[in-house]
Amino acid sequence: MPIIKWKVGIVSCSGEEIPEGTISRVATRLVLEKLRPDETVTICLPLFLAGGEGERTFAKVFPTITVDGCEKRCAEKGTMKYSGKPFATIVVTDSLKKCPDVGLKSRDQLSSEELVLAEKVAEEIAKKVDEALNQEMKQLRSEKP
Amino acid sequence: MSKDKCIFVIPCSGIGKSLGTVGRKASYKVVDELRPKQTRTTCLALLTMGDEETLKMVRENPCITIDGCPAKCAQKNVEASNGRLMKSFMVTDTLRNHRDLKPEGIIGLNPEGCKLADLLAEEIVKTVDEIMEGKS
Repeated sequence: MPIIKWKVGIVSCSGEEIPEGTISRVATRLVLEKLRPDETVTICLPLFLAGGEGERTFAKVFPTITVDGCEKRCAEKGTMKYSGKPFATIVVTDSLKKCPDVGLKSRDQLSSEELVLAEKVAEEIAKKVDEALNQEMKQLRSEKP
Repeated sequence: MSKDKCIFVIPCSGIGKSLGTVGRKASYKVVDELRPKQTRTTCLALLTMGDEETLKMVRENPCITIDGCPAKCAQKNVEASNGRLMKSFMVTDTLRNHRDLKPEGIIGLNPEGCKLADLLAEEIVKTVDEIMEGKS
């Protein structure tokens, strides 16, 4: 019997124009590289939107978490349009409201203060990853004959 | 050149690869440091989602794309949007000419990757200047 390892797809906005987009990308990479390396993969958003069949199929089968830098919510809207409803959505500007003292400036190299914010967003994503995997496990158990 | 009339330098998002990070870093070097008055960038995802304001800007202004992998998302998206694509760069082409500069890391690039981004930025600046002078 094949063993299926469930993964969660993290879809970050590309967000090159604004510092919040950089927070999205860095937070996503922190989850992938440090917090949940065995449970997550990322999907390159422009490739996903431009017709990457592998990416779209993955996002139809496995749970996804979208991370957007701004209220335009490209990652969330793109995932909804091409693959289905994401398990969870995170918008960096919402997270910023919890840290009103942090002023974002850099699009390239994050300051230590900005990196702390990216780490907080990464922790939010990691919590959602755990929730998504727990839900998948519950569903699998309920379907077991 | 006004903010609304400038050259767009558009990198791929490249979240999965070091080469994508090199492309993005090179674009920031151009837009923020080397030619801040002549250039700006935009989010590629906005373009692929069909954001009207972004579509209008890439159709009315010269665009330069930078891609980290052969999928060429930035180039293809600008072309599909009927944008004014003047030149496309591939990070792998720059790497081929500087094989000793192997980029590593995505959150933070290694020094070799940063150097490669600087070299790519210099290539992009030449194209920016040519466009400004009406040669390209």
